[in-house]
Amino acid sequence: MQAPEEQAMPERNGAELLLDTLTAQNVEMIFGYPGGAVLPLYDAVYRQQFRHILVRHEQGAAHAAEGYAKATGKPGVVFVTSGPGATNAITGIADAMMDSAPIVVFTGQVGTGAIGSDAFQEADVLSMTASITKNNYQVHDVRDLPRIINEAFYVATTGRKGPVLIDLPKDIVNATTNAPLPAAVNLPQYRPTPEIDKRQVAALMAALSQAHKPLLLVGNGVHAAAAQTEVQRFAQRYQVPVVSTLLGLGVMPNASPLFLGMGGMHGVYTANIALSECDLLINVGSRFDDRLATAPQKFAPYATIAHIDIDAAELGKIIPATYPIEGDAKAVLQLMLRSSATKPEVSAWQQQLQQWQAAHPLSYEKGTAEIKPQQVVELVGELTHGDAYVVTDVGQHQMWAAQYYPFKHQHQLITSGGLGTMGFGIPAAIGTKLAAPDKQVVLFIGDGGIQMTSEELEVIAANDLDIKIVLLNNHMLGMVRQWQDLFYDRRRSATVFDHQPNFTKLAEAYGITAHHLTDPQTVAADLAAAFATTHAALIEVAIPELEPVMPMIAPGKPNNEMMERD
Amino acid sequence: MRRVLTCLLSNDPGVLNRFTGTLTRRQVNINSISISPVGDNSASRVTAIVYLDNETTAKQLVAQLNKQIDVLEIHDITDQPHVERELALIRVNAAANKRAELFAMVQPFRADVVDVALDSLMLQITGSRDKVNALLRVVQPYGVTQVVRTGVAGFTRAEG
Ligand SMILES: Cc1ncc(C[n+]2csc(CCOP(=O)(O)OP(=O)(O)O)c2C)c(N)n1
Repeated sequence: MQAPEEQAMPERNGAELLLDTLTAQNVEMIFGYPGGAVLPLYDAVYRQQFRHILVRHEQGAAHAAEGYAKATGKPGVVFVTSGPGATNAITGIADAMMDSAPIVVFTGQVGTGAIGSDAFQEADVLSMTASITKNNYQVHDVRDLPRIINEAFYVATTGRKGPVLIDLPKDIVNATTNAPLPAAVNLPQYRPTPEIDKRQVAALMAALSQAHKPLLLVGNGVHAAAAQTEVQRFAQRYQVPVVSTLLGLGVMPNASPLFLGMGGMHGVYTANIALSECDLLINVGSRFDDRLATAPQKFAPYATIAHIDIDAAELGKIIPATYPIEGDAKAVLQLMLRSSATKPEVSAWQQQLQQWQAAHPLSYEKGTAEIKPQQVVELVGELTHGDAYVVTDVGQHQMWAAQYYPFKHQHQLITSGGLGTMGFGIPAAIGTKLAAPDKQVVLFIGDGGIQMTSEELEVIAANDLDIKIVLLNNHMLGMVRQWQDLFYDRRRSATVFDHQPNFTKLAEAYGITAHHLTDPQTVAADLAAAFATTHAALIEVAIPELEPVMPMIAPGKPNNEMMERD
Repeated sequence: MRRVLTCLLSNDPGVLNRFTGTLTRRQVNINSISISPVGDNSASRVTAIVYLDNETTAKQLVAQLNKQIDVLEIHDITDQPHVERELALIRVNAAANKRAELFAMVQPFRADVVDVALDSLMLQITGSRDKVNALLRVVQPYGVTQVVRTGVAGFTRAEG
């Protein structure tokens, strides 16, 4: 069929065309930083008054876009200049790739004629980002721009989501055209929604009926598919207990009696024992990463495994599955819910799990002399009624937030899971707050990570973003110190801060109210007071230097060989 | 184990980079790769010979490559009836008194002489990898000074 002739448009340059295409894509804001190669782009931003959040370092732009994307499922958009602008953004792009966050990154590039000549601020961004993007493009004709942008958004937000990069030679954004905005994307080879193998689903449901110790494992894929309701309904109907990965937190409300907690390296005892003891493991949207399946050879040794993933390349990558099901988590769960399979007999299993839970609850030694970080997370959970977006940086505080915050919503935890990127926290919290201005946003961060992207405090201040920054200060690179203490005979190489900036003064320098909490007797009231504002606050909490994250599975040990607290 | 992959890539800049990057990132040892545009030049046909541990990793690799947006098509044809061919150009020393002997030796391989110099010949051979190897073995004693091989190109035989 012949496509109808598309209406020619008024003459505009590539930059304007680009912004018009973004508008048509319902992009409401851009996270970015200007520079020489993107001058035409920023001129169009100025003239169109496109909403632009000026970060203070390009890494921040990429993480903010991730925060925006992780909180909403909508794509985050980044503008950076060529060369150093692009290389600064790379950490965030890699992070988005690992955690399947949909972001679209526009990088400036030197003019087409200068590419390859080592021109000023030239970097081969296409090569550098090939392995950390779902796809990347360099535009060679201004008329291709709308098509490429639409493709990029489509690819970023469908299938297994992820980052897409578009490299823009300067002359391309300057060139004018009256090319129309194309409608549909034409990528016949790209099939983001695979046909679900119904026989495999039926076989899985038959196996479920026969199981005695079934277990559901939920990961980030459930958020990506917005399948929280389906997971809950399925777990409820078949009375299947649920374990989550770090990124799967929030799928099952912590308060649900069916929820055993996070599994893996710092997971809850019962969650890990359940992974080891179950006879049928249904993994929905997690990739058996080594922080969960700490010893793949010994993982779930008694279980028949079902693996539901939209990315065929994940099936069998780490753990072979008897029932590999390629498909969107929501669609597969809907099929599973339509089954009339009989319920398995699970009462003995449930009893067993309850006994483990009673004998090995998640716990810490409550301090009277010092404020315990776990207690801080619990108190923040109460203060925010378990409703806040919880953003974290990377380290011990991240694990305490994961263990002790009472999650209940999908997309609620915004954290760097796969790449484990220190410096993620502040910019990701910015993106989260901008995406959900009416929601409370709490950031848990360590004294190491805060120093990696503290420049973004200025963005919080300048935009008056109500983000509560809870800085758990142990004067250490705590997580690394913990490993040194456990596995390197307490040789604390380069992990102890003998000198630290004054963090409250740092926050105040940006115009952010700061508190310093040191008294365990008043910590609850002090936190409440610090939270009682609709503006940002930095709440520095002095915590014990040597508090460990427990339980812990040593790397390479199976899930049932946990260290617990003494 | 040796696997033969045949693949259609969109003919855009950076695509081959992404393709080989996917292989190297998964620590796949590429034995040979041949690539050339086909049809209206909008796509390139690739034949890649790789060595992998087992069939599971082969399936994995195909799935990983298939994920690439620019991979229009990919098949592991190892276990299907298929044809593999390679072309090699071989420069071999050939003093006047050795020529007749050389000609006789390469004849069964149906190699062509495509360049003749005072003291050397350039041979062209097409065929399976084994056949090329065999010819190389035969002419080695005369002194091979230069070899270029295209890498294997192949696809499946028609059914029936
Ligand atoms: C960019 C980056 N560099 C290094 C690391 C390694 N690393 C993981 S956790 C950690 C310590 C983090 O210390 P801090 O921010 O103080 O948090 P804590 O563990 O004390 O809560 C380090 C250095 C990392 N994850 N990311």
